[in-house]
Amino acid sequence: MDFTLPAQAEAFRAEVRQFLAEHLTADMIAATRDGTIHSPALHRAIAERGWLSGAVPAELGGGGMDPVELCVMLEELQLHQASADALGVAVVTVSVILEHGNEFLQSAAVPRLLAGEALGCFGYSEPESGSDVAAARTRAERDGGDWIINGSKMWTTLAHVADYVLLLTRTDPDVPKHRGLTFFVVPLDSPGIEIQPVETMGTDRSNATFYDDVRLGDEWRLGEVNGGWDVMKTALKYERGIAGGQFPSPPVIEAAVDWARRSRDDGTRPIDDDDVRSRLVQAMIDVEVSRSFAYHTAALASQGVMFGVEGSMTKLFASESYKRHCSWFLDMMGTDGLLTHDDPDAHMDGRIEEHFRHAPVTAIYGGTSEINRNLVAEGWLGLPRSR
Amino acid sequence: MRTRYSEDQQAVSEAFGDLFAREATPEVVRAAEGRGGFDRGLWHKLAAAGAPGMAVPAADGGGASLVDLAVVVYEWGRRIAPVPLVEHAVTARLLCTGAGRGVPRELRDAVVSGDLMATLALRPVSTGGSARLVPAGAVADVVTGLRDGALVLDRSEPPGEARPNTADLPLADRDLSGAAVIATGEAARDAWNAALTEWKALMAVAYTGLASEVLAMGVAYVKQRHQFGVPVGSFQAVQHGLADAATRAEGARLLAFRAVSELDAGHPGGGRLASMALLFGAESARFASDRVLQYHGGYGYSAEYDVQLYYRRAAAWLLQLGEPAAEVARLAEHDLGPKGRAA
Ligand SMILES: Cc1cc2nc3c(=O)[nH]c(=O)nc-3n(C[C@H](O)[C@H](O)[C@H](O)COP(=O)(O)OP(=O)(O)OC[C@H]3O[C@@H](n4cnc5c(N)ncnc54)[C@H](O)[C@@H]3O)c2cc1C
Repeated sequence: MDFTLPAQAEAFRAEVRQFLAEHLTADMIAATRDGTIHSPALHRAIAERGWLSGAVPAELGGGGMDPVELCVMLEELQLHQASADALGVAVVTVSVILEHGNEFLQSAAVPRLLAGEALGCFGYSEPESGSDVAAARTRAERDGGDWIINGSKMWTTLAHVADYVLLLTRTDPDVPKHRGLTFFVVPLDSPGIEIQPVETMGTDRSNATFYDDVRLGDEWRLGEVNGGWDVMKTALKYERGIAGGQFPSPPVIEAAVDWARRSRDDGTRPIDDDDVRSRLVQAMIDVEVSRSFAYHTAALASQGVMFGVEGSMTKLFASESYKRHCSWFLDMMGTDGLLTHDDPDAHMDGRIEEHFRHAPVTAIYGGTSEINRNLVAEGWLGLPRSR
Repeated sequence: MRTRYSEDQQAVSEAFGDLFAREATPEVVRAAEGRGGFDRGLWHKLAAAGAPGMAVPAADGGGASLVDLAVVVYEWGRRIAPVPLVEHAVTARLLCTGAGRGVPRELRDAVVSGDLMATLALRPVSTGGSARLVPAGAVADVVTGLRDGALVLDRSEPPGEARPNTADLPLADRDLSGAAVIATGEAARDAWNAALTEWKALMAVAYTGLASEVLAMGVAYVKQRHQFGVPVGSFQAVQHGLADAATRAEGARLLAFRAVSELDAGHPGGGRLASMALLFGAESARFASDRVLQYHGGYGYSAEYDVQLYYRRAAAWLLQLGEPAAEVARLAEHDLGPKGRAA
């Protein structure tokens, strides 16, 4: 056993830091507050640097960046508050197309996605199905050699800036739910698609997307007819590798320490309070636990070990502890904690307040905490399936 | 970077896993509770297997790394085995390195072989010289400590009897007023701090062994216990409590081995991680044993079921060091700087 990051990974960390120092501007961080959670310029710069294609597994023809280095990159992006959602989505989209897609899809979509010129997004969730993703009802029906798609998707994040949606559809309603699904790569400028914003409590914006007699040639089908669940499993597999989101707390802790060092009106400082110190220490311990998880799963992947439940544990722990940290440090600030970034007095652009509003979603999207607990109970502890 | 056991470590884990499973059964643990929390027969078997001194330098008869030792300690923790393995192993390393080497050769050899049992008084001792509630103090032939900044060693007849305590640990007071000085000054402090840090990291590992075993016990129980016509383990409330406990336990295990690995590599951050791993390991072991006790229902509270053995140790192991809040305060001082004076 050796938990020390290889020297190469640390050298790569320095490279990523250098890159961010050159490319990441305060405007880019602030721009993500319009809800898009995406900075086109940063995304393109990362792509140009070769890190987007680099993150695609080698066996698919990608750069096959070492998973430990990929983890370093995701950690640095999060530490610097650089929005990387679109990066992860693009890598998953490309990977899934390379694994399941036909030649047409591979040549039409992949190069543009890899260049950072085009963006993908995920159309899995629907108004009536989220955790039970296989219950999707959006219909795809044959019409000669084409497909006609009708239905609606909820939470199609990035759709308003993206070019393609990985769309999960129902092609056979008369068989058990997992066996009647088919995936498509749908160009978002296809006639019949409507995108409506869904605002959130946080700074993210998502979308509801509607599909009204959208006609697609069969070449846009991804994987087998009624083989959509296999594609879904592939997508989830790659998402585990690039999901990021394992290091949400450090920017919050950084702001909390900064705040705590400031004097109150009576001259005392929060950082001298035992309860504040204890919570800061607790949060730093949680961060080290999350890092241990993240680099453990990366090291497993790097040795070609396919991990599963460890990914659920990593996400469950990181998001639940992040929520706690945000609440603690919001409280620590008292009334000042309430000021949002629009207020000139907001501490560090209202960072803690903003994270406080953002934190709950991390325990919901990408698999809720309850679903992850189910997976741990079943896959790690061997308890009977509860659904 | 390798976050799993090597093949050799896997073999060590299996060998000692078998030994502890065979020799440190719950019956052995229970029997030792009335006898100072110590089983001499088990100690002899461990010594025969070379465990007590395995992690001293090869020239002194060891040669295994701290991580290798941790692999054994994990198995020890799983069986809450009534022998002071961690205190002894850490003290053996103390007496073989740096300032600690200033002890007679034959004493060192006897500790390495396990013929003499050694421990460390975890909290510094002041001039009065009496070290209170020393871990393994009831049974150790050799007690080391930091007395007024000097590294001291006392070799005397152990009292044999432990102070009655929550987890029937072999805690006893030891008089260090006449203990021989081995080293003074910075060298003494460095040696002592290294030993204390290793104790923390290894106890963190032991805690994750404890947590994994109590969880295994809990899972087995909730699968076979039926209520309302179904296994209680099919209730989601029960599943989620266990899943949270398992997640924390696994995170604690990774952090603990990472801390040990960083200490092995001599990286400066190792001490910080050791403290963190100990606090988090203790908390997750407590949480796991609490959940498992709860999901045993009334039987969890009965003396007959083994979960209570784990529940009590989960609380007790850390408290041998003192108040957990003091450890948190030390970490705060390290990461945030000293506490300012109130204005
Ligand atoms: C900001 C945001 C962005 C998102 N982006 C995308 C995206 O880009 N693409 C996409 O496809 N989706 C996206 N999602 C959707 C997300 O994946 C779902 O919200 C999530 O899977 C939960 O589904 P749901 O909201 O329908 O909740 P439900 O599934 O209805 O769950 C409601 C509650 O019941 C619990 N629950 C459900 N099933 C079980 C069970 N078996 N056991 C125990 N508890 C259970 C859940 O944990 C939850 O607490 C996004 C969501 C948000 C909020």
